[in-house]
Amino acid sequence: MSTSGIIVENLSKRYIIGHQRDASDALRHRLESAVRNPFKWLRGKKRQLDAGREEFWALRNISFEIKQGEVVGIIGRNGAGKSTLLKILSRITEPTHGRIRIKGRVASLLEVGTGFHQELTGRENIFLNGAILGMTRVEIKLKFDEIVAFSGIEKFLDTPVKRYSSGMYVRLAFAVAAHLEPDILIVDEVLAVGDAQFQKKCLGKMDEVAKKQGRTVLFVSHSMPAITRLCSHTIFLVKGELAAAGRPHEIVRHYLSDGTNHPAERVWTEREAPGDSVARLQRVRVCDQHGNLREAFKTTEPVEIEIDYWCLVRDERIVVSLHFVNEEGTILFCSNDWNDVSWWGTPRQKGLVRARCMVPAHLLAEGRINILAALCTYNPDAIHALEQDVVSFQVIEDPDSRTARGEYAGVWPGVLRPWLQWKANYISEAASREASPGLSDRAGAQSPAEEEVTLP
Amino acid sequence: MNELLIEAGRTEKQYWRDLWRYRELFAFLAWRDLLVRYKQTVVGVAWSVIRPFLTVVVLTIVFGVFGKMPSGGVPYPILVFCGMLPWQFFSTALSESGNSLITNSNLISKVYFPRMVVPASSVITSFVDFVISAAFLGVLMVWYRYVPPHTIYMLPPFILLAFAVSFGAGLWIAALMVEYRDFRFIVPFIVQFGLYISPVGFLSSVVPARWRFLYSLNPMVGVIDGFRWCILGGQHKVYWPGLMLSLLMVTVLVVSGIWYFRKTERSFADII
Repeated sequence: MSTSGIIVENLSKRYIIGHQRDASDALRHRLESAVRNPFKWLRGKKRQLDAGREEFWALRNISFEIKQGEVVGIIGRNGAGKSTLLKILSRITEPTHGRIRIKGRVASLLEVGTGFHQELTGRENIFLNGAILGMTRVEIKLKFDEIVAFSGIEKFLDTPVKRYSSGMYVRLAFAVAAHLEPDILIVDEVLAVGDAQFQKKCLGKMDEVAKKQGRTVLFVSHSMPAITRLCSHTIFLVKGELAAAGRPHEIVRHYLSDGTNHPAERVWTEREAPGDSVARLQRVRVCDQHGNLREAFKTTEPVEIEIDYWCLVRDERIVVSLHFVNEEGTILFCSNDWNDVSWWGTPRQKGLVRARCMVPAHLLAEGRINILAALCTYNPDAIHALEQDVVSFQVIEDPDSRTARGEYAGVWPGVLRPWLQWKANYISEAASREASPGLSDRAGAQSPAEEEVTLP
Repeated sequence: MNELLIEAGRTEKQYWRDLWRYRELFAFLAWRDLLVRYKQTVVGVAWSVIRPFLTVVVLTIVFGVFGKMPSGGVPYPILVFCGMLPWQFFSTALSESGNSLITNSNLISKVYFPRMVVPASSVITSFVDFVISAAFLGVLMVWYRYVPPHTIYMLPPFILLAFAVSFGAGLWIAALMVEYRDFRFIVPFIVQFGLYISPVGFLSSVVPARWRFLYSLNPMVGVIDGFRWCILGGQHKVYWPGLMLSLLMVTVLVVSGIWYFRKTERSFADII
């Protein structure tokens, strides 16, 4: 490797889980075996696995390569081995088998606020944390003002950190870490901590670090939008093994469709069906326009929610109500099936009804959408069945088509992302030539005595 | 850019380079411990002086007044303090570095830096206490109008020796403590016991001649005798064979300490 990068070859990591054992046994046992076989102990021979100790392979035969400037996302279920992989790359723990070749300076952010001491002030903790993360005193001094500005806690710099709110704490900790200048930055799910605004700041900073400064970033996240937006390469771990690696969109789709629980579908048996004697839910699922069950959709695709329910009383006009809720708990919009005017007017019989709701393309923003489904009647108003977060699905940006975000790859705010009709054209030619640069070009602007500016 | 190779069981040359690169961390951790120690205290730094002062008082009474140990013509408190000084350094360094890895377990499991920095910085913290106590000794000497002989210029090598003993023993205890928390109880016992068998409250000349050599197996004997010789001079001659043995013990302690520490270091993050 001539430039910075990481090459991992056949990496494996084994932990030995000791089953419940008396703590005092540990030293006594060791002393006994040391006395019996002193030289064996000194040579550090592999200790025999006695009954009650089990092997656990956190990682098995992982191999991959990361080149300079790549942003790599590592995804997988909890317990897949992601944090262990990062720990080994950060040299906190050693591999059991295999090897890693790293070129370039590495900085890891596995926890926010590592080394912060509660009794010390913000100022003192900046120096301490910076030193622990590998900066020299001179570097910290140089970047001190930037760090303080990024964290936004100027006023509280000289109060002990134990008096900080958790938000301030996390902002300060990230501010220090964000100003490390390593060749390779390794970040664990620290983005899971903190409020939504903080997470956006983190993502923005990581984006800047990778794209503008050309550094290599390796991070673990459960946020698929973050992965698809930032990464050039994604690695998917399953139970310690490398299940897939490649372009973010494909790997994320693989991840979302993997697994036995389909968050996009919910079926109930007759006994557990939610509801009462008037109406009961039978099945709710998310599908595409062709009726196929799916959990991930591009912003350019319509999404269909299908609700099957039992109507148990004649002439009772049961209404299906859906609430679309985003990850932050904001209700994006609600919709009821009385929008189907012909159904609204249909006399109701007992039986199984299928209601389908089509959400058009170019409406939803990226992220996870949770559905709340309810069966209600009105006049008098009654709710017969209510299921919150009954199904959910992911919306991912479509990199290959035209969408609202155009060619912009950064953070796009807004809970919805409709693609609106825009129309732009010139309204006045003369005014645009006489106005001095910087003045806004409004129709009827007062610019009589301006000298004619010759445009280059 | 250097290429770093991470592999099971590989001791890296990188480690020693890293220790140099992280040299500022030694000072930072020591600075942090000192700062934290005196935050929100009223008495503050004075605590570092009160502790040796009280020990001197107790030992003077126990050994000097009741025990009537010979003092060789020097004011007894100064005699005791000369032994107290290196001993206090060693015992605090031992207890603090022993616990250092456990107290800093959150760092060890989340950040990379050469782990040896942690017990070493505890020894540095104790050294700062040592310097303060030494200043107190100066005050004592002025009080008793005692002028130290020219051998005092030989003090620095003995200080270095004290440092080495503390560091070596500290590494051992720190590494052992990670896996066997039993040492949390063993260490105070070693310190208590050591205080009575080391020549702190008495002179090593009290020890019968035929045991003198074996007595020097305790590395602190050489250190304390050396301190006495430097500060008090005259009759407190250094027992040279004993000192050589102590030197040997110290070297063994430091080298073996580093070896054991490095050997177990890789599993710290997993078992801490």
